[in-house]
Amino acid sequence: MLRAALSLLALPLAGAAEQPTQKPESLGEPLPGLELFRWQWHEVEAPYLVALWILVASLAKIVFHLSRKVTSLVPESCLLILLGLVLGGIVLAVAKKAEYQLEPGTFFLFLLPPIVLDSGYFMPSRLFFDNLGAILTYAVVGTLWNAFTTGAALWGLQQAGLVAPRVQAGLLDFLLFGSLISAVDPVAVLAVFEEVHVNETLFIIVFGESLLNDAVTVVLYKVCNSFVEMGSANVQATDYLKGVASLFVVSLGGAAVGLVFAFLLALTTRFTKRVRIIEPLLVFLLAYAAYLTAEMASLSAILAVTMCGLGCKKYVEANISHKSRTTVKYTMKTLASCAETVIFMLLGISAVDSSKWAWDSGLVLGTLIFILFFRALGVVLQTWVLNQFRLVPLDKIDQVVMSYGGLRGAVAFALVILLDRTKVPAKDYFVATTIVVVFFTVIVQGLTIKPLVKWLKVKRSEHHKPTLNQELHEHTFDHILAAVEDVVGHHGYHYWRDRWEQFDKKYLSQLLMRRSAYRIRDQIWDVYYRLNIRDAISFVDQGGHVLSSTGLTLPSMPSRNSMAETSVTNLLRESGSGACLDLQVIDTVRSGRDREDAVMHHLLCGGLYKPRRRYKASCSRHFISEDAQERQDKEVFQQNMKRRLESFKSTKHNICFTKSKPRPRKTGRRKKDGVANAEATNGKPRDLGFQDTAAVILTVESEEEEEDSDSSETEKEDDEGIIFVARATSEVLQEGKVSGSLEVCPSPRIIPPSPTCAEKELPWKSGQGDLAVYVSSETTKIVPVDMQTGWNQSMSSLESLASPPCNQAPTLTCLPPHPRGAEEPQAPLYPPSDPHPSFAFPPSLAKAGRSHSESSADLPQQQELQPLMGHKDHTHLSPGTNSHWCIQFNRGSRL
Amino acid sequence: MTKNYSGLDVSSAKIEKLWSGREDFQRIPELAINPLGDRIINAFFPEGEDQVNFRGFMRTLAHFRPIEDNEKSKDVNGPEPLNSRSNKLHFAFRLYDLDKDDKISRDELLQVLRMMVGVNISDEQLGSIADRTIQEADQDGDSAISFTEFVKVLEKVDVEQKMSIRFLH
Repeated sequence: MLRAALSLLALPLAGAAEQPTQKPESLGEPLPGLELFRWQWHEVEAPYLVALWILVASLAKIVFHLSRKVTSLVPESCLLILLGLVLGGIVLAVAKKAEYQLEPGTFFLFLLPPIVLDSGYFMPSRLFFDNLGAILTYAVVGTLWNAFTTGAALWGLQQAGLVAPRVQAGLLDFLLFGSLISAVDPVAVLAVFEEVHVNETLFIIVFGESLLNDAVTVVLYKVCNSFVEMGSANVQATDYLKGVASLFVVSLGGAAVGLVFAFLLALTTRFTKRVRIIEPLLVFLLAYAAYLTAEMASLSAILAVTMCGLGCKKYVEANISHKSRTTVKYTMKTLASCAETVIFMLLGISAVDSSKWAWDSGLVLGTLIFILFFRALGVVLQTWVLNQFRLVPLDKIDQVVMSYGGLRGAVAFALVILLDRTKVPAKDYFVATTIVVVFFTVIVQGLTIKPLVKWLKVKRSEHHKPTLNQELHEHTFDHILAAVEDVVGHHGYHYWRDRWEQFDKKYLSQLLMRRSAYRIRDQIWDVYYRLNIRDAISFVDQGGHVLSSTGLTLPSMPSRNSMAETSVTNLLRESGSGACLDLQVIDTVRSGRDREDAVMHHLLCGGLYKPRRRYKASCSRHFISEDAQERQDKEVFQQNMKRRLESFKSTKHNICFTKSKPRPRKTGRRKKDGVANAEATNGKPRDLGFQDTAAVILTVESEEEEEDSDSSETEKEDDEGIIFVARATSEVLQEGKVSGSLEVCPSPRIIPPSPTCAEKELPWKSGQGDLAVYVSSETTKIVPVDMQTGWNQSMSSLESLASPPCNQAPTLTCLPPHPRGAEEPQAPLYPPSDPHPSFAFPPSLAKAGRSHSESSADLPQQQELQPLMGHKDHTHLSPGTNSHWCIQFNRGSRL
Repeated sequence: MTKNYSGLDVSSAKIEKLWSGREDFQRIPELAINPLGDRIINAFFPEGEDQVNFRGFMRTLAHFRPIEDNEKSKDVNGPEPLNSRSNKLHFAFRLYDLDKDDKISRDELLQVLRMMVGVNISDEQLGSIADRTIQEADQDGDSAISFTEFVKVLEKVDVEQKMSIRFLH
């Protein structure tokens, strides 16, 4: 019967569920022999329904968010509860019986942990500890206060005769009810406050309280429950003492369990170097184990998971790979959001079941009024005390929001469902009251808190990007304060924080972080790293083609080592939004309609480039997995960095261009690094790495070239560096000079029609301000025949020096051996002797038969191209033949 | 805190006239491991002097007094109190600005970074951090951070809170 009902219920929700149930009957009976189809609904029923419910909840979420207006006015939790009511009503109508409800077991074992883990893991720990005093006060004192006052007041109400006599409850029963109804609920608070965006301090206090008060709630609930079961007459003085003691046991025990598991978790992730794939799983498993362990020992499970998440994050994040980090983050958020959705929906559904509750207006109204009143009173009293000690006092508006933000939620509901009706005769009344309270706080308060916050002009949280300056200077502040406390001999908060940091640095981090992570571990560096990644990603999102390749490479590099990001950031900065880097293959653009072609070309580039991206991504995975590679990458990287720095300095001094120059270089180098690393480290077929590497290489050149463009004098050097250095020495130099001259001339047409010319013609390209770096990689194979002849001539001399470019594979590797190459360019292989690094160009690019211009727009390309052109002019290269990698930076802003 | 201070210099009799030398500060063990310890000690001493009297000591400490509500409104007319936001920031700024040219140059920034950042970050990395930091803050393009720029980049930071200590008097 139950199953039939279930299937019926599922019917309106999804047609899929319906069919399986009906078919077994029609198919199964007539065919006793071999069954072609067999429907086994019963075997899959339970998980099927679970999945279905989650699906419904998720779909509902999607539907809600279709309308921005609705979600901006009404919190999602309200909508979900209402949806639950509707669904519950449907179920009730169809099945004549309420089938689903929020089962306390499901709630505590499956739905709650993900939410708490998510909030604990992503809790801003600094903020949390900065306000720990206030949070603890509100969580412990506040909850106790709420529970006792509410319970006592309700009892008083009953004594006064305002509660109907059919509510059979004594003082203890009311205290029990008070204890479960008094706790602010983390799920509800999170759901509502996340949309309100009050300032961080306010949020962390309310939210921290809701998390930490779990211990108090659990203790109070258990103590009261057992007192009720024992009967008030049998409670002795020692029981009260035990009750108080259990508060400490439960809270401290829960926290200890959490910390132990946090320690284990951090330690475990230290050794996952070779099994990266299970890193995210470990995080969830151990956190869940902490929850279950605490639950098993009847300690505060919420506290355990919170502490576990809070404690392990620093070390886990340092240990696990970048991808694992993303996975953990997303999975956690997904699970939490999913659990939250289901909780609110089930809350709504549960409320429909009228058989479980009994209404008493006096009790309901009294409870509502009391919890609001005592919450407010408690907050005001505690805040007054706290403000005597707080550096930044909580003002009245904060107190209003804190009082009003005391939302009750599913925890209270689950606890009240758990009551034993035989021991607590008034259970049905309590259930009804709890439902009303929860609905009232979530819906009414949730709806009104946003306007209230606006109306009161509560300080909102400002979403600003973290900046390096802030991070650095705040560190300075911390050190200053710690030092001043030392000088004064006042062992305050900063003193202990400093102590802890020392301890952590000396022992904990060393123990819990893998060595490589520990060495690079630094917050300032972290911020720097993250900023770069963010810039790179945002740039890629904006459509920077070249960068996209860079962006993809980044993850592949050892996370901390990649300086490459610098370049990206810098690029962004310099060029501003307008800057585009195209890494393109320039096909033949001979016609006079160069512009059109170029435009088309750029358009196409995006499309052309994608496959390459994927390529890279796959490569990067491998990179990551190989330790040796990482090390090598690191070395290469550092060398490159050194070189870059040197060049950067020199350019700085020489050229007044300000910041823009260094940045482009950086990018180039980065790319180089990436390429170099890939080459050096990977024994793999180069084909994979080629394109990526090629792209990288291009950038490198661009840096120096850019510099050149800036100052004509420097051009020579740069050009040399840029020069396809790997191959020709003297010729290269000449070319460079030629190119320099060309660069001087703004007109692109000077150069015979080549892809580059076309680009030059493009208006944006013509902008002198732009820096373009071109790297031409010539693969004889790839180059169109007509081009080849000219090209070959020019190259022959070079080839003699260097290994023939024809082969894709040899290109990069070949370069090092060249005398030239040794001197100048190749950063990865040779220490940076030259200020101007030269780059080897992978033939693979040429292979493609197209030239890639990295920087979409600009002159920079011209500059680079020009050198090539000078070279090639004699050879009469046709545009299509040569593959040029150009990186252009729009520098409109610069000059 | 007077107690501790007197502990710094046992020889003097009157607290009001207490003088403290650099060595007294340097003897504080916790300060020795503070990466900015030396600079902070220097901040206590008037320029070119090796000693500080109690008044000077208290003046320095006054930078860290929390700003109280009644002070916020008061300081419109009168002289700016030592614990104003700007003075707090200036105290920090002076820790960077060694040559006192009211600018944090790249080198000065690098020095601080070297002290604060782990030993394992290479010089190149430090350099790039410094570059970026300056880029972020620099507005007039002089590749250095002036005090105005310093204030500007920290305008979103709750300096009043982060540069205040609640001494238990």
